[in-house]
Amino acid sequence: MDWNFILSQLPEYGLALATTVLIGGVAVLLSALIGVANAVSWYFGYGRFLIAAYVEIGRNTPLLIQLFLLYFGLPKLGILLSAEACGVLALTFLGGAYFTEVYRAGFAGIAPEQAQAARALGLSGRQLLTLVLWPQVWQRQLPAAAATGCFLMRETTVLSAIAVAEIMYTTTNGIALYYLTYEFLLMMTLCCLLLFVPLSIGLRKLEVRAL
Amino acid sequence: MSSSAMIATGMTIPDILLQLIPGLGQTLLLTFASLALSLPGGLLYVLLAQSRFAMLARGWLELFRTIPLLVWLFLLFFGLPLWTGLDIGGIGSAVLVFVLWGSTEAGEVFRGAWRAIPVAQLEAGISLGLNTRQRWRYLILPQLLRLSLPPLMNVATRLIKTSSLTVLIGVTELTKAGQQIIEREDNALLVYGLLLLGYFAICFPLSLAARRLEQRWSLA
Repeated sequence: MDWNFILSQLPEYGLALATTVLIGGVAVLLSALIGVANAVSWYFGYGRFLIAAYVEIGRNTPLLIQLFLLYFGLPKLGILLSAEACGVLALTFLGGAYFTEVYRAGFAGIAPEQAQAARALGLSGRQLLTLVLWPQVWQRQLPAAAATGCFLMRETTVLSAIAVAEIMYTTTNGIALYYLTYEFLLMMTLCCLLLFVPLSIGLRKLEVRAL
Repeated sequence: MSSSAMIATGMTIPDILLQLIPGLGQTLLLTFASLALSLPGGLLYVLLAQSRFAMLARGWLELFRTIPLLVWLFLLFFGLPLWTGLDIGGIGSAVLVFVLWGSTEAGEVFRGAWRAIPVAQLEAGISLGLNTRQRWRYLILPQLLRLSLPPLMNVATRLIKTSSLTVLIGVTELTKAGQQIIEREDNALLVYGLLLLGYFAICFPLSLAARRLEQRWSLA
């Protein structure tokens, strides 16, 4: 094990971690927004067929193919996006479908009497949503949403397939360049533990608190 | 027709689908072999989780829930030959990772199903004079099967989707078969579109059936 070499590669892995967190973070935020928007639209009865179709396509196809379709397919239509942009887009497409399910279940879990009572009290649709429904949905679905977020963060590893310089790509690229498989596998594992173990622990705490 | 005339002749969609079939076979084989081995693996996981060594089962589960499967695939594919001198190749690494992961998933399914059967039913069975064999035959197994089949179908769906990742460690499955066509024909949009539809055509009916069965068979 060449420790000096490992030290020399630390900046690369710092960058890879930052890339993973940034791309994953943006994708998680965007997909949560899509999920909330879809769930609200579903609740008020708009565009249900489209939403259902989107959720089924997002959940029943592999991320890798979604990614390849965007990265290698779109240029055929004259649309050239960077690997990072394709990565965020594909992750958001996938994550949006899962978050839609999470928040749709949240809204479905609230007794319809609450909406009726709010209406009877003269609350507008917007007030019903922001004052009555959303605070409960947010609270109740926090563990499920966090689990979906963690799942998406783990899925960022797949972006290595289109050369986004995250942890996995930095590793395979490094192995190909230097042929120091031991060192790179060790760094890959450590990086993953550094990123995903705190996420898992945080998630577990949220779940325990929700029980 | 000479082989050089085959280059970029503009394959039609039926041509492409025909070329994808061996890859599809490999994907399905990989998935169902992993699933078949995960079932006994799941029982092993349950036994371990019920034993004095429950912590081991817990650790096993957390390892595969925390570290992404692609990382596992790379670790075994690159690492195993180095550490053990054992070269099991892309398919071997894939099956090993999928079985280790699938066993925890199947095990959790079995555990959930077991817990969902009310103890009162077993007591009722005893008080009706059913012996152990009869209780398993008429009470426990039929319900265990109904409770675990739908979630197991969902595990299968996830396995099929995840199997696409094995192309990255050199397994020639469905995705790779598509890439080989693209390399020659330069029609990425069409082929990846077809692959997306193909995976959807396999996974969607499976998850739909799982949902239907779950509704029909729920104990409530």
